Amino acid sequence: MDLMGIELLFKGQNFLRILGGLWVSVRISLISVAISIGLGLLVGALMTLRRPVVRAITRVYLEIVRIMPQMVLLFIVYFGTTRAFGIHMEAELAAIIVFVFWGTAEMGDLVRSALISIPKHQYESAKALGLSRAQTYRYIILPQTLRRLLPLSINLITRMIKTTSLVMMVGIVEVLKVTQQIIEANRRTSPNAAFGMFAVVFVIYFLVCWPISMLSKKLEKRWSE
Amino acid sequence: MSETILKIDHLQKQFDSHVILKDVSLSVKKGEVIVIIGPSGCGKSTFLRCINGLEDIQSGDILLENRSIVGNTTQIQKERQRIGMVFQSYDLFPHKTVLDNVTLAPRKVQKRDKAEVEKEGLQLLDRVGLASKQNAYPRQLSGGQKQRVAIVRALAMHPEILLFDEVTAALDPEMVHEVLETMLELARSGNTMLIVTHEMSFARAVADRIVFLDEGGIVEEGTPEEFFEHPKTDRAKKFLASFEYHR
Repeated sequence: MDLMGIELLFKGQNFLRILGGLWVSVRISLISVAISIGLGLLVGALMTLRRPVVRAITRVYLEIVRIMPQMVLLFIVYFGTTRAFGIHMEAELAAIIVFVFWGTAEMGDLVRSALISIPKHQYESAKALGLSRAQTYRYIILPQTLRRLLPLSINLITRMIKTTSLVMMVGIVEVLKVTQQIIEANRRTSPNAAFGMFAVVFVIYFLVCWPISMLSKKLEKRWSE
Repeated sequence: MSETILKIDHLQKQFDSHVILKDVSLSVKKGEVIVIIGPSGCGKSTFLRCINGLEDIQSGDILLENRSIVGNTTQIQKERQRIGMVFQSYDLFPHKTVLDNVTLAPRKVQKRDKAEVEKEGLQLLDRVGLASKQNAYPRQLSGGQKQRVAIVRALAMHPEILLFDEVTAALDPEMVHEVLETMLELARSGNTMLIVTHEMSFARAVADRIVFLDEGGIVEEGTPEEFFEHPKTDRAKKFLASFEYHR
């Protein structure tokens, strides 16, 4: 019977190898998201300042990230730096740098919009109650900002996990690359494996991203207001 | 005669070159209820906001028991806690329950004991008929309920003066009454209050003194009877006439 190659999943260490590849993807995205959230808070706060120079710089940064395909960024950082500056960078480090560059811009924009969406009156009633600036941020503004931010940043995690499929282009053996290797190795015995095995990859991505996406929806609903 | 608690002395407020308040002076006695009325844009809200330090002023002085509260030093901010303010748009903190809204400032600003503050908060909520809503979030309340919570939140700080900035203007008509009743009750129990409102019959019922503000200055002031029955100035007459309908 033709299983379109799905049977390869149970051959030897294949399943474990795919899980290992998956872990590489998840690890890159988790590290990148964690750093991006930290830097994004900073960039987002900078974006709310009314300094023309800061505004111009962050604006250009945001546009570069939006316009440039992540793959191009990845090639610049990984291949470009090796040639131009003679730095040999681990592929995973290069991937994290690119993802952080991208994630920080996205987070920064989310933080900015969350911050400016807090009505001016929240600051004023806090002040009228005698809260200091620090107390106002700690008890009133930041909790509301984070509530608006969390679902959005969880969303960013799923988008990063999906985009990690690009990093195989700089030689990182993540879930897609592992699968490709398995298909190549069994080309003779299971010529149709490309369909079955990539379908498996599809299901794996879905199983990882779907719960995260549900969580984000749930939080968004609970904290709506 | 009771003593003067708040004195506004030749206050001047402008945004750039646009003068909002010019040379406004007003003395408020302890326990007095003053209602400030006037046409839209006459500067009444700005006047309250200046008293509470939400707007800076260009000249003049604001004295709370003979001490200036103009400026932004820590000491002055502390003095200003003796003045509470309720806004038109209630502005409860949406991520906190009703009780947490009420107890936050007494606990964090006045460093009072949590149990004590919660007990008092509940009593205050009970007074406005909202004790059962202590664990609700603002979004679960009606406009009138939110505004009563906002009043309780201001009261929990034990302010000596309460400022009300058009607190019923954003409410549906059927909710206005419950909020005004709450304010009447506060007035009866001897609170010092400065109220900006468009509710003329309420102004008449609650006020010890009416202050009529127009184009950034006090045009006329007097007891409710004097003002509503025998307005002295043409501008006040014209303003009051705008509330009457004839066929």
